[in-house]
Amino acid sequence: MILAFLNITWPVFADALALGGIFALMAVGIGLVFGVLRLVNFAYGQLMMAGAFALAYGDQWGLPNWLSILFCFGVVLVLSVLLDHLVFRPLRMHSPAVMLVATFAVAFVLQNIALIAWGSFGKTAGSLGVWQAPWDIHGVYIRKIAIIAIVTAAVCLVLLQLLLTRTPVGLHMRAASMDFRTARLLGVRANRVIGGAVLISGLLAGVAAVMLSVEQPQITSTWALPETIYVLMGVVLGGLNRPIPATLGGFSIGFAFGLLGGILPSSQSQYLPSFIFAAVIVVLLVRPNGLFTRGAAPVERV
Amino acid sequence: MTALAVESLSVRYGAVDAVRGLSLEVRSGQIVGLIGPNGAGKSSTLHAIMGSAPIVSGDVRLDGRSVVGQRPEDVARRGIALVPEGRRIFGELTVEENLRLGLAARRKQRNGGGIERAYELFPMLREYRSRHAGVLSGGQQQQLAIGRALVADPEVLLLDEPSLGLAPKIVDVVFEALTRIRDGGLAVLLVEQRAQRTVALADESHVLANGDLRLTLGPKDAGDTDQLVAAYLA
Repeated sequence: MILAFLNITWPVFADALALGGIFALMAVGIGLVFGVLRLVNFAYGQLMMAGAFALAYGDQWGLPNWLSILFCFGVVLVLSVLLDHLVFRPLRMHSPAVMLVATFAVAFVLQNIALIAWGSFGKTAGSLGVWQAPWDIHGVYIRKIAIIAIVTAAVCLVLLQLLLTRTPVGLHMRAASMDFRTARLLGVRANRVIGGAVLISGLLAGVAAVMLSVEQPQITSTWALPETIYVLMGVVLGGLNRPIPATLGGFSIGFAFGLLGGILPSSQSQYLPSFIFAAVIVVLLVRPNGLFTRGAAPVERV
Repeated sequence: MTALAVESLSVRYGAVDAVRGLSLEVRSGQIVGLIGPNGAGKSSTLHAIMGSAPIVSGDVRLDGRSVVGQRPEDVARRGIALVPEGRRIFGELTVEENLRLGLAARRKQRNGGGIERAYELFPMLREYRSRHAGVLSGGQQQQLAIGRALVADPEVLLLDEPSLGLAPKIVDVVFEALTRIRDGGLAVLLVEQRAQRTVALADESHVLANGDLRLTLGPKDAGDTDQLVAAYLA
């Protein structure tokens, strides 16, 4: 009823949920690394972009979809590990500002490599376009990608939650994100925890890249860059230091974008980012520690 | 048998000498107290042993093998456990999760330790196992911190002011637990502000001031406050 009143149809609702799911995965990926390194990885969108270019090559070479997706994961994971070893570890003891600027630098380097290699038009990743076709669910036509993205995001988040709460390595990660110094004194291996967080973060970037490439098959050097900024806003909005609030923040932003983008006429939806930015500013003025957190969290570095 | 040996240890933060040429030994089944005023270098000594404070010279040996230059997590995995100042409990984790975290340092070939060991020593922990550690009282958190250090089955236990902020009655509970831990064969190095109680409990106590060892006392010196005061003021 409310949906009908607001002129929201089921397909629009499903698309919004799907975008929320993709943003939630990105938020978790950014939040995990922030948790253990106190580092906002601004190059996260460029990791996804690299994965999307891998998908485009898979398309060009005529690889089967599952192989293209594996190739995409491989590229993102290798880049993540390189980033960890070449940038994060050497700079770990430096100030947060140094690390942030370093990830900016990485982001621009990757972006410019893409620009030089593939030009401003980039490449097309079209082979997953079949997921654009709708499924008929009791007379309501919902795009396959929406269902796939919702299910995939839910499965990933549940698996991650199980990993964090039910396994020793998950416990070590949570402890490290609360108080890394004490965790190390108890025998928690810093490099293993950081490496694990970077790997999972990379895997989530790969998953998000696959989903987003269906929505935006034209892969350019700035692909996923606006989304990364929106997700960063969502993560800050939810509460940077808490995995679940950060995820909810990412989801909320994605859901709001999907919903408003679906119901506003296109003459108005170009102002959508401005609306969302304004809403974020208001929220941060009212709840500076984040929308979904209780009280302030101490921020401490290794 | 000497479990922990500290030899001519010097620790420096920038231009500040925190510890100057400190030597001490702790044998298995022995409590050694390290007392002294604020800023004497007690905590710095413990953190230097753990590899989390900068050592400029000297050596730290566990069972005769040096641990200098190792990372804190590797020192912990070699068998030295620290109960840090202020307890450093993970308040958002449950009591049992805090204990499971202590297992990170447990060596594969060891059969001892385990979460049961903490529950045996402090039955209260078993009762509160699924509660968030943050809701425990200060004394309960201290017991959790000690239990968390013991689940890894270490050879050496370092404690940094375990009585800080605790009511005298709770201090009794904690100190009584320390004697049981010693009797279990651990080497215990106890850093404390409560000088008299530490001297009475420990097999021997060293007085540290300005990074130097001033005096060594035995349990029978606990009543001799003049000697203590003199060491503090020297």
